[in-house]
Amino acid sequence: MATIRDIMPAFDLLQPTSIAGARELLEQHGRDAWVLAGGLDSLDWLKDRIKKPKVVVDLTGIEELKGVRSTSDGIEIGAMTTLTKVVQHPVIKEKYGLLAKAASVVASPQIRNQGTIGGNVSQDARCWYYRAGWPCYRAGGNICYADTPVGRNSEHAILHADRCVAVNPSDTAPALIALDAKFVIATRKGERVADAEDYFVGPDIDITRLHILQPGDLLTAIRIPPALAGAQFYFEKVRDRNVWDFPLLNVASAMVVSGGKIEQIRIAVNGAAARPLRLKTVERAVLGKAPNAATGEMAGELAVKGAVPLQFNAYKIPLMRNLVKRAIGGVEEAV
Amino acid sequence: MNALQWAIDPWGKLVPIHIVWLLIWAAVIAGLLFFIVHATYVRYFAKPRQFAAEVPPPIASEIPARVPMHSMVARLYHWITAATMFTLLFTAFLPRVGFQFPWVTWHWIAGSVMTVLVIFHIFHASFWMDFWAIWPDRIDITDAGHRIRRFFGRPAPPPRKAAKYTFDVKLSHGAFMVAGLTMIVTGVLMMSRVRTIFFPRNPYLFSDMTWGIIYVLHGLAGVVLIAVVMVHVYFTLIRPEYRPLLNAMIFGWMSRDSYLEEYDTKRWAVEAMISSPESRNRKD
Repeated sequence: MATIRDIMPAFDLLQPTSIAGARELLEQHGRDAWVLAGGLDSLDWLKDRIKKPKVVVDLTGIEELKGVRSTSDGIEIGAMTTLTKVVQHPVIKEKYGLLAKAASVVASPQIRNQGTIGGNVSQDARCWYYRAGWPCYRAGGNICYADTPVGRNSEHAILHADRCVAVNPSDTAPALIALDAKFVIATRKGERVADAEDYFVGPDIDITRLHILQPGDLLTAIRIPPALAGAQFYFEKVRDRNVWDFPLLNVASAMVVSGGKIEQIRIAVNGAAARPLRLKTVERAVLGKAPNAATGEMAGELAVKGAVPLQFNAYKIPLMRNLVKRAIGGVEEAV
Repeated sequence: MNALQWAIDPWGKLVPIHIVWLLIWAAVIAGLLFFIVHATYVRYFAKPRQFAAEVPPPIASEIPARVPMHSMVARLYHWITAATMFTLLFTAFLPRVGFQFPWVTWHWIAGSVMTVLVIFHIFHASFWMDFWAIWPDRIDITDAGHRIRRFFGRPAPPPRKAAKYTFDVKLSHGAFMVAGLTMIVTGVLMMSRVRTIFFPRNPYLFSDMTWGIIYVLHGLAGVVLIAVVMVHVYFTLIRPEYRPLLNAMIFGWMSRDSYLEEYDTKRWAVEAMISSPESRNRKD
């Protein structure tokens, strides 16, 4: 008999109107609480009855979590700002076009209207074994069903796998890393600001989470400093269905070129590992070089060093190599 | 409280997946309670130790001043094993109590080292050491019975002095052996579920139920070792009456006085010729 999976299990819906109120509720309920932002990741879990929280803390009523604000040190985007607002915001479009581009290719227009930037960077892995509720490592069990000779792992990790081979599915995460964004987190001990790349964790550190948020923590805002405003940006996402899908791989780079040489660069990829990867080795290697085909070729080779393909995802290695090559040398230079 | 974590596998069967991590704290608390109870008993209630007289009594001058106890190889084995054991316990359990770091690689490397050490130890003890010296013998069992009867105030002759290893050291070795071998055998099997340099991954080597039992045994052996290591450290580092054993494990020998006080010269005969020149010159 088919399992009915369209009615959510009962929970208490709590709707705070301030960050302090939300924090208090999260503190009070600890691991029993589920944070609801846009609901696009959450409702899958709840309707599938895989996650059964006692309490859902809905953040949609907290106005201070919404909107884009210009500050003396760049911009601050509230965590509950929808992806559509991010895409359409004039300052983001003008100075941080990389983020606007990344946000514009998330899923579909309807999802971008509902989905938030905080939710996009904090969403859970999409590994089908994990999402089906099987007791894999990420679910607290002792096996990875994807990393087996017969596992369906075409969308899984080629780098930094550690027991679990799921990948981070966010499109905005690599863009925020490339822009050197800071994530503002309200915690029990007060406000904590983490570099974008440090917001994400791999299975070697914590196999049950994709980010550093602990029960009770709340991502409140994302700050983007002005250092790379207006730099030369590149974002590309490759997916199975171009109209609406998670990335197989994506790449984001912010580059400052002066006198024909790369003076400053930050580059990150996602979909290759359980956390978006900032390619520091590539950054160091291309500094001072011309952003051309030869540099791109070298960067691409460097980017995939150490990659270990699974049964069905070896295609990700040349894909990543070419994406990095295009990010450095330009689209016309790619093979 | 359920001591195990359970899950429904893809075929709908209920299978164990881990021990409940609360058992880590249960082991720590058990170790601490042992410290408190034992220290309190020794401080306030224990009677002076009595041993049955040796026949004939030993002639002290025939005993070297430094009684050799552990060879350099045995000592090196012990300390490398200790370091490896701590590495295994810390890498296994610190992430479970909130200290997050990339532990898996360190853990399987330490586990591999431990496996090699134990295989070495089995051969070394079998062919170069007195293999049976560490196993409880009939005298140990009889004397343990006497000790228990005397503890409860019932008449029993005093126990004899010890052989090379006292009965509690033998019990400690037994606990380490059972928990350690369980940990090693299950750990080696579990290495087929992670990427190592030794063999290709094969998560489907066993059924989900068998894997669950393997994980549970590995976890149980781990938490038992927490308590056993704590007790071992308590006796050897804190209890003054065990200081000669610590010295022997560091320097290889114990003093003549310690030897004569605790050990039966018949059950653990010392060869005088191994003694230092200093001890050979002394005529006490």
